[in-house]
Amino acid sequence: MILQTNIRAMKKTLVLIAAAAGIALAATPALAAGKAHELRDGGFSFDGPFGAFQQGQLQRGYKVYREVCSSCHSMNLMHFRTLAEPGGPFYDAHQANPAENRFVKALAKEVQIADIDTETGEPVMRDGTAADRFPSPYPNATAAAAANGGAAPPDLSVMAKARHGGANYIYSLLTGYEAVPTGLQIRPGQYYNVYMAGDLTPFMPEGAHVPPGGFIAMPNPLRDGQVTYDDGTDASVDQMAKDVAAYIAWASDPKQVQRKQAGLGVLIFLFLFAGVTYVSYRRIWNGVAH
Amino acid sequence: MSDHESTYVPKTGVEKWLDTRLPIIRFGADYMSLPTPRNLNYWWTFGGILALCLVVQIATGVILAMHYVPNTEMAFASVERIMRDVNGGDLIRYTHANGASMFFIAVYLHMLRGLYYGSYKAPREMIWIVGCLIFFLMIATAFLGYVLPWGQMSYWGAEVITNLIGAIPVIGEPILIWLRGGPAIDNATLNRFFSLHYLLPFVIAGCVVLHLWALHAAGQNNPVGILIPKDREKKDMVPFHPYFTVKDGFAIILFMILFALFVFFMPNALGHADNYIPANPLVTPAHIVPEWYMLPFYAILRAVPDKFGGVVAMFGSIGVLFILPWLDTSKVRSMRYRPTMRTFFIIFVIVGLILGWCGAQLPDAPVIGTFKTFILIDGDLNSYLWLTRFATLYYFAFFLIIMPLVGLRERPKPIPATISEPVLSGGDAMTAAAPASPEKKG
Repeated sequence: MILQTNIRAMKKTLVLIAAAAGIALAATPALAAGKAHELRDGGFSFDGPFGAFQQGQLQRGYKVYREVCSSCHSMNLMHFRTLAEPGGPFYDAHQANPAENRFVKALAKEVQIADIDTETGEPVMRDGTAADRFPSPYPNATAAAAANGGAAPPDLSVMAKARHGGANYIYSLLTGYEAVPTGLQIRPGQYYNVYMAGDLTPFMPEGAHVPPGGFIAMPNPLRDGQVTYDDGTDASVDQMAKDVAAYIAWASDPKQVQRKQAGLGVLIFLFLFAGVTYVSYRRIWNGVAH
Repeated sequence: MSDHESTYVPKTGVEKWLDTRLPIIRFGADYMSLPTPRNLNYWWTFGGILALCLVVQIATGVILAMHYVPNTEMAFASVERIMRDVNGGDLIRYTHANGASMFFIAVYLHMLRGLYYGSYKAPREMIWIVGCLIFFLMIATAFLGYVLPWGQMSYWGAEVITNLIGAIPVIGEPILIWLRGGPAIDNATLNRFFSLHYLLPFVIAGCVVLHLWALHAAGQNNPVGILIPKDREKKDMVPFHPYFTVKDGFAIILFMILFALFVFFMPNALGHADNYIPANPLVTPAHIVPEWYMLPFYAILRAVPDKFGGVVAMFGSIGVLFILPWLDTSKVRSMRYRPTMRTFFIIFVIVGLILGWCGAQLPDAPVIGTFKTFILIDGDLNSYLWLTRFATLYYFAFFLIIMPLVGLRERPKPIPATISEPVLSGGDAMTAAAPASPEKKG
């Protein structure tokens, strides 16, 4: 009978925890509600509790960022050394110190960093080092806005966390430049994208079917073969979009894979600990009705 | 139990020396041997879980404060730097951010438990009132903390909530400027919010001491809801340790599993993506929503067409909890024996969830399908505006009308004379006493 009571209590607890999780999750889809088109699924290797980044994909993604995106978009929170941290695109187990990583040192050297001469204080340009931040394409936010029709291109450092859908959103957006629907009034400097948030009702003829998506100030940035991948992968728009989405997802939270791996250990420990504690609980309460 | 006799005997010389000067070991030992009703179920474990939450929030928060920069130009980047460059910083920050949600899950269940089992009734009114105060401080602390990363939701949330103060007639505007430290939300606002966010958790900790002190004085309630007579203490109570340390411990570990699922595998699931966009006073997000745990109160705020009226309703929805002990006219504590009230309670929980849901929706959006019905006063009947209003009405009616009336009119089920009676239907059953009339039960 005591056993039954305990099982009942256990069930209650599980129901309770499920309810708690339910309450918490109930709010989430509501927040995500919007007019956006359903996102394309990139089928990324880092999805799910066991997923991890593919280093090759991150390297390709970095190349797309460096050669395409970085001409307009900054990544202010990124340092070159971050690329060589465990899990990063250029991590090398033989060179555990990211600042000493030869790939990263070479990549940093390709960019010029504004600095001052330590002797004279005169402004100079010098080669980048692993410790440097990614340089911004514009000297300041006003210049960035002025060069881009009044709105500065957003920083991409945490872009996968800053949009619902994360990497899938980036992948979808970059492949979402479809033909402009007939009748849509589009202003110069604006482009149509099916995955962009917005409401096109005011820009369509009255009574016409309103297409999904919205206006975006960024023209379609990718075309087939735009970058030459070092590993010989075919640089299709779809491939580049997927790779750069993976790279930005990594950059948005560079420790996510290590954290998930640690989490598995933590969960195994907690389940064992819960089991041991439950056995103690049963023994202590043995014979004490409650 | 205040008259719980101390059984602690100092053994070593050091213990004896300390016992006459600062009897702190005696205090701890007495707490451990505190007689506790043996029938407490798992709903009673949330007290321990909440203690864990507070400790986790303070511990992670103190470390975060070592690295955080309270400056509008640097706050956003400093939070990201913590997650990228501080050792274990991603775990510390995600634990703190998700810890707030965990804290609120636990506190809502803890409060609903108190509501269901009548833990606020005499002689436990002060435990409840101090608890309500803690809840209010938690909301304030969570709001202040959410502003600190200085993302879009931080900034615009602060804008919306501080603006509410401005809705107070005459004195609203000066108070608003005083709170913000200027005419607009800026660096001065961020600095004072950071300072207060660091202060309030310690005020909460102080209130927790009062909460436990009151609990110690009045004794714990239990699922049956009767006061345990002195002569039955031996039979109906067990010492807190090891019986409830192990039971609470088990529940805490289960709770930590839920906590870990969020921190390690979906740390941003409970947050809003817009808060990873740095604050921009010139760009208003399409949809400003608070964190999930404030959504029901946000819904109540928006249910009232008048701004000041909304503020009154929102604070009233928390304020009404403070006078709960005097709104409930029933002498029976546990709703186990109050079938009518129990039904109203279940509806109340559902209404609370509906309010939370409504808080995240656009008021004009239709609830069912996409069709329009007819305009009732200022909005379509098939809209979240009206669903929110009906739910808000029930929320207040539950406390102000249902609770006083049902207590006077209902016919409670017979209440057991002892807590052993319902738990031990066979085996080593205690002497089965005749069910007493509920009117005579304290």
